[in-house]
Amino acid sequence: MADHTVTSEVVFRIRRFDPTTDADPHWEDYRFPCPPGMTVLEGLKQIKESLSPTLAWRSSCRMGVCGSCGMFINGRPRLACNTQVSELESSLITVAPLPNFNIIRDLVPDLTPMFKAHAEMQPYIIRDDTREQQQPTGEYWQSPHQLEQYLQFSYCIKCGCCMAACPTCATDPVYAGPMPLSQAHRYSSDSRDGGFAARKQVLSGERGPWRCHFAGECSRVCPKGVDPARAIQLMKRQLVVDYLKLGKQKCPASIAKVPDGVKRREGIPEAPPRTI
Amino acid sequence: MIENKGRPNRLGVKGWLGGGRWGFERYLYALHRLTGLALLAYFVLHIGVTSSRAFGENAWTSAMGAVKGPLFSVGEFLVFAAFAFHAVNGIRLALVELGFAIGQPIEPVYPYRTSVDEQRPLAIGVMILAAILAIVGGIGFLK
Repeated sequence: MADHTVTSEVVFRIRRFDPTTDADPHWEDYRFPCPPGMTVLEGLKQIKESLSPTLAWRSSCRMGVCGSCGMFINGRPRLACNTQVSELESSLITVAPLPNFNIIRDLVPDLTPMFKAHAEMQPYIIRDDTREQQQPTGEYWQSPHQLEQYLQFSYCIKCGCCMAACPTCATDPVYAGPMPLSQAHRYSSDSRDGGFAARKQVLSGERGPWRCHFAGECSRVCPKGVDPARAIQLMKRQLVVDYLKLGKQKCPASIAKVPDGVKRREGIPEAPPRTI
Repeated sequence: MIENKGRPNRLGVKGWLGGGRWGFERYLYALHRLTGLALLAYFVLHIGVTSSRAFGENAWTSAMGAVKGPLFSVGEFLVFAAFAFHAVNGIRLALVELGFAIGQPIEPVYPYRTSVDEQRPLAIGVMILAAILAIVGGIGFLK
């Protein structure tokens, strides 16, 4: 077992591609000392500062929140900022751009098709009460149990790791993919939403969830524990129940009215003034 | 219309297997597809052989003679094994796709427990069942 408390030398094998000079991608090796706790992202920054200033990648927050630095690291899609070199248990670190996306340059994938599919799923609350949404008079009622039905899926950071791991995405450019479909279910399973009928037009088509055959890889690689595979299977059940008309028609949650004749307890400050 | 830019980097069929760093269910996914294609190929062959009966008894005898021998017996056993796997794994997929055995949405707390982990006992169970079916079928072919 390697000692992770001392500086050791590592080799970063990086897949390079410059569309202005290269016909095909190629591998380049960079050897440097790796101090304890160094992440793959920090390794890339070290290479750019001291070994190869032309290396290109996409990153921002450095803390697994923005979803920019998804890469194919030692054979699995991971966030570079969230992956310590020591946890890879190897002195050879291979870094490639996320597969199943076109390569713009070096480690920069073109995520446009994913975001386009995401937009097709109408990933927002859809309701008929437009006036209430523009000029709210209260909060929509939602129980803790109803919150649990979608909360897990709302943690998605759109990094694209699930799309890179999906074997269906590897061969099928029509399939929308785990991220857009799980986000469709995130909103369709929200008790405040009434947009399932609108999303169904896309979901029941050839881009929908029926091309998923539960390889489960999307859930295994998700850095936020979103579990897109679960969302997609639950969406399939929702579609079947809707098609066979087995479920009850659900109305979007109503506004939680403040009960009449209730006084605020002493010592509890008033709510801040409304901003909208 | 947003145009894709950059160099294509889709994994293709090799993405079904992915270089050995993937999970158990991914291999079931690949095997399910391969056995499905194999059963389809067998079905076409089977229809071709049995349709020879329409051309008379001699054609039928000749076609049946062409598919006799130990090689075809092994092939028939492989078709049966493929059928056993494809059938029971198909039942697993139908159950999972209807939302059974994958658990309810939960607050993701590291280390994450996913729907794949939830249905793992089902996946192992159906593989044991497929193996038993294939072995029983194999004994039948040996007789």
